[in-house]
Amino acid sequence: MQEMTCKELVELVTAYFEGALPEDEQTRFERHLGVCPGCETYVEQMRQTIALVGDLREEHVSPDAQQQLLQAFRDWKRQ
Amino acid sequence: MSDSNGAPTSQPAVSQATSPRDDPRQDERRLIASLLSGDEDAFMRLVEQYQAAMLRLAQMYVGDRAVAEEVTQEAWLSALKNLDRFEGRSSFKTWLFHILVNGAKSRSLRERRSIPFSALADPDAADSDDAPSVAPERFRPAGDTYAGGWLAFPQSWAHLPEAHVASHETRERILAAIERLPITQQSVIRLRDIEGYSAEDVCQMLRVSEANQRVLLHRARARVRQALEAYFAEE
Repeated sequence: MQEMTCKELVELVTAYFEGALPEDEQTRFERHLGVCPGCETYVEQMRQTIALVGDLREEHVSPDAQQQLLQAFRDWKRQ
Repeated sequence: MSDSNGAPTSQPAVSQATSPRDDPRQDERRLIASLLSGDEDAFMRLVEQYQAAMLRLAQMYVGDRAVAEEVTQEAWLSALKNLDRFEGRSSFKTWLFHILVNGAKSRSLRERRSIPFSALADPDAADSDDAPSVAPERFRPAGDTYAGGWLAFPQSWAHLPEAHVASHETRERILAAIERLPITQQSVIRLRDIEGYSAEDVCQMLRVSEANQRVLLHRARARVRQALEAYFAEE
């Protein structure tokens, strides 16, 4: 089985995370990862990136918008 | 290659299947019935659940916050108006977000924002950005014994102080990086990694194939990682 290169691996990280790699590709991916500290760091950084992007999530809805939507709902109900 | 016996194949760490709760379809039928019967609490719970995410998504297409609020409002109204025609082929939330994205797209076309028409019309073909995840000059060139291997390993971020990694400035850099992405990549990374929707949901909301969704997500993540790498290397 042909060795996966670092350059190939960095393109497959999301497919790997999603479990979308064909079995043999996944094997090549994991085999490479096991022996390559550079790619190990890269994959770790992708995980950290995903976590940091996830931290952007914020939840708040302005009371105004809520009030308007409630009004809209009441109007809709009346029709 | 994959086995034909139907035995489950092993899944790597971060797979995000939708979590099977007790019959979500039935929950949804109940929800729709409550809405149709005019249950205000049920409606406001939905608003609380989705409004913030809808606003952020709409804003991406129309730019302006006030316009995004209008578009979101219109999406809710349109959903209510068509509620009796909701067939449950997708989840309610997917259906609602699809209405929103369509509304936001046509609004942004009306307002003639600078998004190229093709990017809005056909998300599958929209992405002219096929730059690699890592600049090619960081790998050993063809002909080298280790062609395609790192010239120098990326620097681990493990030694960085947590306060720096999780700082306000880091947030700003990430946001800026996301805003520079093509709109289809932005949509996918926001829905997947910020809002936490499953791949399947996002495919339905944006009408893209699974393979395409993955490519867009990967490019977006790779871009953000690059921005972080550059930022963390500054000091």
